[in-house]
Amino acid sequence: MDTTATIKKQKGIENFFHTMFLIFGLFSIAFVLFITIFLVISGVPAITKIGFFKFIFGTKWASTASNPSFGILPFILTSVYGTCGALLVSVPVGIFCAAYLAKMAPGPVAAVVREAVDLLAGIPSVVYGLFGMIIIVPGVRKLFNLPDGANLFSATVVLAIMVLPSIISESETALRAVPKEYEEGSLALGATYTETIFKVTLPAARSGVLTSVILGTGRAIGEAMAVMMVAGNVANMPGIFRSVRFLTTAVASEMSYSSGLQRQALFSIALVLFFFIILINVVLRKLTSKGEVK
Amino acid sequence: MTSVIETKDLNLWYGKHHALMDINIDIPEKQITALIGPSGCGKSTFLRTLNRMNDLIEDVKIDGKVLLKGEDINSMDVNVLRSRVGMVFQKANPFPMSVYDNIAYGPRILGIHKKKELDKIVETSLKQAAIWDECKGRLRTSALGMSGGQQQRLCIARTLAVKPEVLLLDESTSALDPVSTSKIEDLLLELKKKYTIIMVTHNMQQAARIADKTAFFLLGELIEYDDTEKIFSHPSDRRTEDYITGRFG
Repeated sequence: MDTTATIKKQKGIENFFHTMFLIFGLFSIAFVLFITIFLVISGVPAITKIGFFKFIFGTKWASTASNPSFGILPFILTSVYGTCGALLVSVPVGIFCAAYLAKMAPGPVAAVVREAVDLLAGIPSVVYGLFGMIIIVPGVRKLFNLPDGANLFSATVVLAIMVLPSIISESETALRAVPKEYEEGSLALGATYTETIFKVTLPAARSGVLTSVILGTGRAIGEAMAVMMVAGNVANMPGIFRSVRFLTTAVASEMSYSSGLQRQALFSIALVLFFFIILINVVLRKLTSKGEVK
Repeated sequence: MTSVIETKDLNLWYGKHHALMDINIDIPEKQITALIGPSGCGKSTFLRTLNRMNDLIEDVKIDGKVLLKGEDINSMDVNVLRSRVGMVFQKANPFPMSVYDNIAYGPRILGIHKKKELDKIVETSLKQAAIWDECKGRLRTSALGMSGGQQQRLCIARTLAVKPEVLLLDESTSALDPVSTSKIEDLLLELKKKYTIIMVTHNMQQAARIADKTAFFLLGELIEYDDTEKIFSHPSDRRTEDYITGRFG
């Protein structure tokens, strides 16, 4: 009698926690759904009012003019160029650094560099922005002899530094996971260590390295604060030394004083940004699942 | 009989551990030499000294000489040495690429890029390793989909593709079933017509079956080295006899 009572009680506790876990689990799903619905509801009206093509492919953004114009192509292109430019630098640098850490660096050196990389990943983006404002913007101005250093180039440099840690640490994990037997096999055939890394280790770690690149892309395209501090924030079509606005900064810089259609259009920009993030996630999912199947 | 590999007072330390002691051995050309002995006796270490794979391990100190056809291997370019002295490992380790690319890997490293030439090397290597018939239809598919025995023969083919003079096998059949093992043994008997083979094995029957010469290692020393027949019938050292009759090890 006594034991059955205990078992019953335990079952009750078990069920209670089960339900709790379920509820908390559902929370995260609820938030995703909620945000998606919110973005669609608040983002679609402006797009329909302005016209899809006019909105996406319009080259002029003048939201506060007496005859306003809402074309976000400058923001889209700026985000794409800025992200690609950042990746152009940080992908090779990051992969080389990861290969060095995973395969060549002596233990203590690797430990120090790894610590630094982790720290770099944890630095808040506003600090990157400050660093950009104080060092990179004046540096770019002097180096290229420009009237102002706050431009796409500076923003790209800051983004490149920001995405570096995620590329390095993800790639390093992937490279470390490559079995030593592969490398020994290559070395035993007379390949040099460098040949081995390029021809065996990196191809074997391909899916993990690609994942790191995609994660970096996500971080770059979603970054607002640091970019806002160094890009100059003028709604120009992008040019390397032009003052520009990214999708993120377009929303952030006008939201506080916006109203009416302008405000709605900002939500639409957020929706476009959301679409980019989803796209990146889909690609990521595709790549990682391919890696698992082998 | 000409010797291909000769060692002179070879000593090796892992840190403070003296793993090989004064090894002097002459390994004859186009014969199979088996290295036997209990775990930790230094036979694998010795094998890995011959193509300088021990260079990869930190804190290794090597003393004495290893001569490949009279030439000191330490004064040779290590990559050239490794293409002349090929190695097959305990665990089959095909690269995660197609069968074709696995075989073509070594030749490509050596600078061969013409498709015709590579095609020919791939075919001859696979034929030499007696695996051509099993994989000629799937050259472009991943090598990882093959069975363990096939993978190991593929690794042998991959090693042959760089045209080595010596073939080192480090317990290369220990992870295989008896059928795959006997296929590889037959293959080795065929290959010794062209190559010098040195194999580490835990399987004494295997040594007795296919080796011409057998070397018995114990605690870092070369106890006895002689014709296989002699080692297994009238060993001169008591310890060899104890080991091959299963009294220890």
